[in-house]
Amino acid sequence: MFRTIQNKLICTFGNIMTDLIKKPFNVKEIREQFPALRQKIYGKNLVYFDNGATSQKPQIVLDAINLFYSKENANIHRGVHYMSQKATTEYEASRIRIQKYLNAKKSEEIIFTKGATDSINLVASSYGELLQAGDEIIISAMEHHSNIVPWQMLCIRKGLVLRVAPINKKGELLMEEFDQLLSKKTKLVAITHISNTLGTINPVKEIIQKAHAVGAKVLIDGAQSIQHIKVDVRDLDCDFFVFSSHKVFGPTGIGVLYGKEDLLDRMPPYQGGGDMISKVTFERTTYNELPFKFEAGTPHIAGGICLGTAFEFLESLDMVAAEKHERELAKYAEDILDTFEGLHIIGEAKNKTSVVSFTVDGLHPFDLGTLLDKQGIAVRTGHHCTQPLMDFFKIPGTVRASFAFYNTKQEIDLFVEAFEKSLFMLK
Amino acid sequence: MTIEEKQQEIIEEFNVFDDWMEKYEYIIDLGKDLPIINENYKTEDRLIEGCQSRVWLHSEYKESVMEYTADSDAIITKGIIGLLIQVMNKETPESILKTDLHFIKDIGLQEHLSPTRANGLVGMVKKMKTEALKYINQ
Repeated sequence: MFRTIQNKLICTFGNIMTDLIKKPFNVKEIREQFPALRQKIYGKNLVYFDNGATSQKPQIVLDAINLFYSKENANIHRGVHYMSQKATTEYEASRIRIQKYLNAKKSEEIIFTKGATDSINLVASSYGELLQAGDEIIISAMEHHSNIVPWQMLCIRKGLVLRVAPINKKGELLMEEFDQLLSKKTKLVAITHISNTLGTINPVKEIIQKAHAVGAKVLIDGAQSIQHIKVDVRDLDCDFFVFSSHKVFGPTGIGVLYGKEDLLDRMPPYQGGGDMISKVTFERTTYNELPFKFEAGTPHIAGGICLGTAFEFLESLDMVAAEKHERELAKYAEDILDTFEGLHIIGEAKNKTSVVSFTVDGLHPFDLGTLLDKQGIAVRTGHHCTQPLMDFFKIPGTVRASFAFYNTKQEIDLFVEAFEKSLFMLK
Repeated sequence: MTIEEKQQEIIEEFNVFDDWMEKYEYIIDLGKDLPIINENYKTEDRLIEGCQSRVWLHSEYKESVMEYTADSDAIITKGIIGLLIQVMNKETPESILKTDLHFIKDIGLQEHLSPTRANGLVGMVKKMKTEALKYINQ
């Protein structure tokens, strides 16, 4: 009892401390921390609106990468020498920082992977081993290919059934239809928190409750959410949560799989190799404990450590104000784009994040993207790795502007100017 | 005119453009002017699926030379197709296979032939050559 009260006090005090060190949100000051934003492309000031694909890195992360390779580079979990000990301590400290940020119960529940795709493949391969022919997996119609294909492969391998929850024309999940897909056969619901193409924020908490009610586990693809909204895995009560470091201001090549401890314990290892073992003989191998059971081989050490630095950066940020700023940017852009004849915003969910996807009658997104690029504007064009979603909307692709908190309304004005020029050239 | 001479002619043509806008306006106009491929030829086996834009290529071997017609759903891709056809059309399979298409780089459009561009053009050049290969020594 005393310990519970004590923990609560520490938590409360900790939150107050964190709030105190947070600076008020100031986009100008934030931009100064991102050197990549201060460059010219084809002689024009860069306007970087491809944050859905990857985010730029703050100076603090760049310095951490440089420091690691300049002075701290050593292999972890095996050396007795000073540098190895230090690298191990930092790598594990990063794991704890991420655990605390996500509010996971234990650091053992944080598995370092190559990224969100790798995390999903890990779950498909390992949790998939616990499933049997006839079991069902539900995904949604707005999933990224990385949350479709691993399940299709698993279904073929194990004789499982893949069900797809439909969406409406606004790009919102149809909850009644989703409810109807749920049954005792459902063993897993794998769904995106936020759609990379549409910006739709799915009601994941409700989905998780409903899935749990039929005994299914839930994987949340957080690749597009963690950089925008505060994620609390215990509040969500999800069984798995995956994301990539590079979309959340950290290095590429590293990501995270959060999984509930009892579930991860029951799952067989994903890959064999060093670090994931307890004892190896030619006859038999016993496996290491969590999280190492799932981390075979030398990991991306610098990536793991510097992802921790990216979270340090996020912790210093007023996320509520940052998200408000991002939503204002999206609203500002949509209001202007709406005035263009023949332009259609794709993704008009009531609850959406700072993604503006659109098409223009008679014009191919590739042409628009090419001409915007020549004017220093980085947007994404194409199907955004969501081909089934493009088929649903009967379009070859969209132009997608995805904003981060370091973007500004002035940049949107430059984008609109470049967009008008592109339209003039193409029509 | 040899393939090399045709390439040089395009390079000279592009030299007069002062900025990217003039260059792309020209490519867009080329794309609009390109005779569209016969609709019957827009078949799966003639489709080169890029990640972004799609390209259809039809080739015929007539009187010892290759004849190409092509189309794309993106106008800039189509314009560049126009240039590629201008260079490769009515050439013998032997000279098509030997050709180094350096003019694309020389006129500053090399990014369109990079694998990341995913516009189907890399696949198209490859297909133009593999089609020519079928008729070599005939």
